[in-house]
Amino acid sequence: MTFNGWIQIALFCAIIIALTRPFGGFLMSLATGGRNFLSPVLVPLERGVYALCGIRASDEQGWVGYATAMLIFKVMGFLLAYGILRSQTFLPFNPAGQDTIAPDLAYNTAVSFLTNTNWQSYGGESTMSYASQMVALTVQNFMSAAAGIAIAMAFVRGFSRRSVKSIGNFWVDLTRVTLYALIPLCIVFTLFLVSQGVPQTLAGTIDATTLEGAKQSIAVGPVASQEAIKMLGTNGGGFFNANSAHPFENPTALVDFLQMISIFALGAALTNMFGRMVGNERQGWAIFAAMGLLFLAGVSVTYWAEASGNPILTALGVDGGMGNMEGKEVRFGIAQSVLFATVTTDASCGAVNAMIESFMPLGGMMPMINIMLGEIIFGGVGSGLYGFLLFAIVAVFVAGLMVGRTPEFLGKKIEAKEVKMTMLAILCLPLVMLGFTAVAVVIEAGTSALSASGPHGFSEALYAYVSAAGNNGSAFAGLSANTPFWNTTLGIGMMIGRFFVIIPALAIAGSMAAKKTVPPSAGTFPTDGPMFVGLAIGVILIVGGLTFFPALALGPIVEHFALAAGQTF
Amino acid sequence: MITHLRPALVMIVLMTVITGLAYPLAMTGLAGALFPRQAAGSIVARDGKVIGSSLIGQSFTGDTYFHGRPSATTTADPNDSSKTVAAPYNAANSSGSNLAPTSKALVDRVMEDAAKLKSENPGVQLPADLVTTSGSGLDPDITPSAAAFQAPRVARARGVPEATITALVASHTEGRLLGILGEPRVNVLALNLALDDLKK
Repeated sequence: MTFNGWIQIALFCAIIIALTRPFGGFLMSLATGGRNFLSPVLVPLERGVYALCGIRASDEQGWVGYATAMLIFKVMGFLLAYGILRSQTFLPFNPAGQDTIAPDLAYNTAVSFLTNTNWQSYGGESTMSYASQMVALTVQNFMSAAAGIAIAMAFVRGFSRRSVKSIGNFWVDLTRVTLYALIPLCIVFTLFLVSQGVPQTLAGTIDATTLEGAKQSIAVGPVASQEAIKMLGTNGGGFFNANSAHPFENPTALVDFLQMISIFALGAALTNMFGRMVGNERQGWAIFAAMGLLFLAGVSVTYWAEASGNPILTALGVDGGMGNMEGKEVRFGIAQSVLFATVTTDASCGAVNAMIESFMPLGGMMPMINIMLGEIIFGGVGSGLYGFLLFAIVAVFVAGLMVGRTPEFLGKKIEAKEVKMTMLAILCLPLVMLGFTAVAVVIEAGTSALSASGPHGFSEALYAYVSAAGNNGSAFAGLSANTPFWNTTLGIGMMIGRFFVIIPALAIAGSMAAKKTVPPSAGTFPTDGPMFVGLAIGVILIVGGLTFFPALALGPIVEHFALAAGQTF
Repeated sequence: MITHLRPALVMIVLMTVITGLAYPLAMTGLAGALFPRQAAGSIVARDGKVIGSSLIGQSFTGDTYFHGRPSATTTADPNDSSKTVAAPYNAANSSGSNLAPTSKALVDRVMEDAAKLKSENPGVQLPADLVTTSGSGLDPDITPSAAAFQAPRVARARGVPEATITALVASHTEGRLLGILGEPRVNVLALNLALDDLKK
């Protein structure tokens, strides 16, 4: 660990803190229908979208209506993305002549982008035409991010409103987030990325003759426009197979740094939007603090694990002081690789600038734990906030049990229905993650895809289902996941992980919105102070720790001790 | 439910036009106008011939050039398309080795590379980046210590004083941005181009 590395991490934290309030205020203006500085330009476009869709912006939906609109929109998105992937050979923008994509891979990829997972069973530059990248994948990057933020807005309205049936209009939230937040930010970010060397072209592969006279084909494409939304929307699906480790996706340390900031920016801002909408900004900062502490713990452990280098290689005469460089890029070094891995798994991004499979056992375990905890450490855009708030409900429920009072959160009584829905959302994730892993490691169709043997092979399978159900999309990428078994089961995991959290969350929002607000009394547990921060972290760690510790013991932990004993597999 | 069908259908079409066509195509046009060199892939040419991209590493094996890091990229086996064979710095199929830290294959590979490197420059600790593959398999850079490690070999092979080579490496070493971001590095292709210019 170097002093300079810690300075980079500290600078990252400072910038995120500085952005949270301004971005939070902007997002609130979108959630509450207020005007902002972009309104003069975009209001006509927004009204045009509503007119064509036949929507009245003032018509609000109850939670069932909101959820139905979202699901139908997802079905349409799936059909379109699947159709494009299956027919890319016949579509324009295919200079490399990429072949049609097989049904299981097209299904897996469409689900993956629809659910904001962006798991890649395919290698980008060797599989996808430019039409697929732009029209199938980039569109879903925008839509899954916008839908995530929309659902967070609806969830927050459940707390900020009282005695009403409606939680907003899905179409309006989706449109406003896309037009006002995502597209303008992406335009600025895309141009910055190109200025730094990220390609943005429709031309085909560059054919070069290297200095030593060999042939080198260099894949390019409309990379920057997809890269921008991949980060801001916490999508993570790379244009290239190597994702943000590829010099064309991530050419400099500055780009890398801003990519990390853009992963966290909106997720962090949503905590502030929440605080403002419930009329107590401190509440937002309390959530920010809980997330921030979990982030710092994760990045510290990972940094420690990676900076010390692989002892087996050090014994062969390799400079251990340079850290574990397998799978990492020189321009990022250990500090930025570790920070990126933490950020991408805290949020449900899944982009990687270094190969997590080649991390040290405990260095690779931390990203896995970040996802297992539910990606509530800032989290995916939208999903991080409502995911955290589900844990907050459990936290106040536990606090209520301890003192024998009906738990309250923000003046709303938490009753049996909300707690049941919360537990449904929280428990479906480990069920999918551990259940599928248990199957995959005992049947031939599962194990034949593993690249590593021994405990690391188990970690590979576990990481895949954790990543899919968590809608993360990063991987222990040695796994050859492009088989019917893996494509199918991972696709199911992604859908359960997305919709079995969203639908209970919306149901809670609906029942919360209908409740009256109880004025705080002397017995009310304050949820904007350090006691709440500590309790929330405790609940998150206990739920995550108890559920996943046995699986982690079979994978990374046993591998760590094997490594210390010098054992290889 | 029927009431949601029209908005869903129109919305997906509209958003596809806006975010899937208008946005990337407008960005392509704008990027090409503002930053034509970068947008096309930062192509490096010499004597009118394309020799690569300044951002993408390429394979060097001769003694007269600095070598980049080992690369784990592959290509389809020409004899059996269901298999792959090693093809370092294949920029049409980026990938890392994805080998575990406890992988026997990793340790064997490093052992073999380390033996070669030690015979070339005995008694010096091996820079980690020279025996590890990068995440993309296309890393254009090596660390300054990896360049320093190779300088004696390149000097011998070219019959140039080592001090000249060391000075060239120093002038091609890029520091951290603002002294903070990233790590010091040397772009191998740029350094090797400068070596060739030295001759003239």
